[in-house]
Amino acid sequence: MTIEELELIAKNVKQENDKYDYEVNVCMDLACASQGAGALKDALVKAAETSEKKVLVRRTGCMGPCSHGPLVRLDPDETLYHHVHAESAEAIVKNLGEAPVPELQCDLNEHFDKQVRVVLENAGYIDPEKIDDYIARDGYKALLTMLVEMTPNGVVHRITESGLRGRGGGGYPTGLKWSTVAKANGDVKYVVCNGDEGDPGAFMDRSVMEGDPHRVIEGMAIAGYAVGASKGFIYVRAEYPVAVSRLTTALREARRHGLLGNNIANTPFNFDVEIRLGAGAFVCGEETALIASIEGRRGTPKPRPPYPAASGLWGKPTLINNVETFANIAPIMRNGGKWFFNMGSERSKGTKVFALTGKIANTGLVEVPMGIKLREIIEEIGGGVPGGHKFKAVQTGGPSGGCIPEEMLDVGVSYDALLKMGSIMGSGGMIVMDDTSCMVNVARYFIEFCMTESCGKCIPCRAGTAQMFTLLTRICNGTGTLDDLALLEDLCSTVKETSLCGLGQTAPNPVLSTLKYFRDEYMEHILHKRCPAGVCQMEAVNSATSIEVMA
Amino acid sequence: MSVETDVKTLVIDEQEVSARAGQTILEVARENDINIPTLCHLDGLSDVGACRLCLVEIKGNNKLLPACVTAVQEGMEISTSSERLQKHRRTILELLFAERNHVCSVCVSNGHCELQTLGQEQGLTHVRLPYRNPNLSVDASNERFTVDHNRCILCTRCVRVCAEIEGAHVWDVMGRGINSLIITDLHEKWGSSTSTCTKCGKCVQVCPTGALFDKSKMGSDHPKSPDFLPYLNLMREAQ
Repeated sequence: MTIEELELIAKNVKQENDKYDYEVNVCMDLACASQGAGALKDALVKAAETSEKKVLVRRTGCMGPCSHGPLVRLDPDETLYHHVHAESAEAIVKNLGEAPVPELQCDLNEHFDKQVRVVLENAGYIDPEKIDDYIARDGYKALLTMLVEMTPNGVVHRITESGLRGRGGGGYPTGLKWSTVAKANGDVKYVVCNGDEGDPGAFMDRSVMEGDPHRVIEGMAIAGYAVGASKGFIYVRAEYPVAVSRLTTALREARRHGLLGNNIANTPFNFDVEIRLGAGAFVCGEETALIASIEGRRGTPKPRPPYPAASGLWGKPTLINNVETFANIAPIMRNGGKWFFNMGSERSKGTKVFALTGKIANTGLVEVPMGIKLREIIEEIGGGVPGGHKFKAVQTGGPSGGCIPEEMLDVGVSYDALLKMGSIMGSGGMIVMDDTSCMVNVARYFIEFCMTESCGKCIPCRAGTAQMFTLLTRICNGTGTLDDLALLEDLCSTVKETSLCGLGQTAPNPVLSTLKYFRDEYMEHILHKRCPAGVCQMEAVNSATSIEVMA
Repeated sequence: MSVETDVKTLVIDEQEVSARAGQTILEVARENDINIPTLCHLDGLSDVGACRLCLVEIKGNNKLLPACVTAVQEGMEISTSSERLQKHRRTILELLFAERNHVCSVCVSNGHCELQTLGQEQGLTHVRLPYRNPNLSVDASNERFTVDHNRCILCTRCVRVCAEIEGAHVWDVMGRGINSLIITDLHEKWGSSTSTCTKCGKCVQVCPTGALFDKSKMGSDHPKSPDFLPYLNLMREAQ
């Protein structure tokens, strides 16, 4: 495949699409599909066939506002319909070119206006199983252009220049990581894409893999060229069967088009990608555990250094990046490092995809420029807390993150600002909680998650999280004492500072942040045996416990 | 003529020491009689950095690093027993004592137990954490040895000695988190007729607690000798 052939495909697709007067895009992502988007698409196809109008019905990946599903977008005029069901198919086709169907129309301008779409630029516009759709939207152009025009060093330089930082949570500068692997000694190197997204409430990576799989593959191939690797692995959780099947299709199509394999674009560059399935362990998102899992061993982390950049998969230098990081690569190569660098805040560049969940009107995927205020994400893009309830906290970063209270909402989102507030950027889960959530119970939930997901290798994480869970359970059911609280704080510090890997080191964050911002709720549970949110069931308090409290 | 030297000099607990490049902090500290507590480390086995007792502070690095796997670097300034480290070590030991059923008075290893010794060394007078008291099994099906999971601290010395030195790989870890368990073969009885165990007893000798013990020894008359590994490795390499 050469750049000319690529342009020819894009031209053909455009010509093919020009035959139609109208495009009806149906979101077929998980949330919409579970509400009947499949039957809706079939009905639309049928209605289009019987209609005299020339209508193209296309299935697409996630459009974003999942709580409004099933979603349909009409092109060229970009009308968005929400809560669409199969019965409305005829009306939709009938009204094409005329005024939109009023009862289906939804106004989400505020939701979309504040967003900047880089990673999700194709989401809702392409059929994820058609490589031609991706090519028509400038897909693989970056890879082929770069292969014939740039040196690997040039590619690394452009990524460094862009200021992109790892989207998996840590925020390690991507350019620095690439240059480290590029400089590492060794003929054989590997590129690994971490798609083991396991945070409760996070589904950004799943959406990207399902909705735009070629974007990830292109990013990996560019990385392979930059660091000198000819083999890549995508590590996906087996709980994402649709992502696995879309990636499998995408890989097959890319190979067939000569975009993967030997001598890509008639250059000496060879690159191919294999899929590896995770078996449901959260800890395998940690890079050394992920490597062990790909190698076929028990997924437990190893002390670093040596970092995977020096000694990773089978002891070879290995580049590991998250799905979203790879998804940012092609646009950066196309538009230049400066373009990316100019978006975002001072030390966090570009955009970030967040999965909005919990007590918020517009749950779903949003992509915002770094530096945007949390309040804008929650109140304007997210549409605020529904049902007349009051916002209490937003939890970012999953079990490794923390709960951020109302008074901190005017802080701009960046790696450093979130860290300062006692949370982390994480992979991008954002769980909104209102006054019906008990923060002690929330902390207990996340510690329980870490306890069951701990691999058990190092003692602070294995036994420490279990002890923290016991203490939090006591506080939740009204049998906790001030001694227990002191012990809990002690354990937080030991687990955080002495655990072997990121899972343990960040596990106390939900407890620490709720203790910092919602200490009064803990005290209420301990001293007055009362749960302010009315969530926790209090056990009958025996006199012995109350004497302990008095003392 | 200048020869490129691969000797590093560094400071451990305000004592100036020299080291070969590639040596770990733990090796260098022990050469200089500086005691860093360890449980999962054993001379002669690969290191896993799991027990977290050998964590040390290095000047200029906010993170605590395990001495058993961290290589020395020129000019490092290491502190092995700051107040912060001692506090964490005591909490880690408490976590170990509270995790399973470590009742010294009825243990075959009473008086020869590395966990007990460490508790004494670190001045652990009591355990603040609630005991978990798990209900774990004892496998006495092997004709010579017994494994009592109630006393196991999951240091994986047995796993490593069996795989790396004996070459049998009978032991491994099953489950995860607090439910992790050391198992023989594919979680079969240690004494099962299809067991791959060679009955060499190396695992028993390296076990730091009374989790693995010899049936022929009574009561607390069970000193172990885990120090044979470096010699064994040396002789094998010499061949």
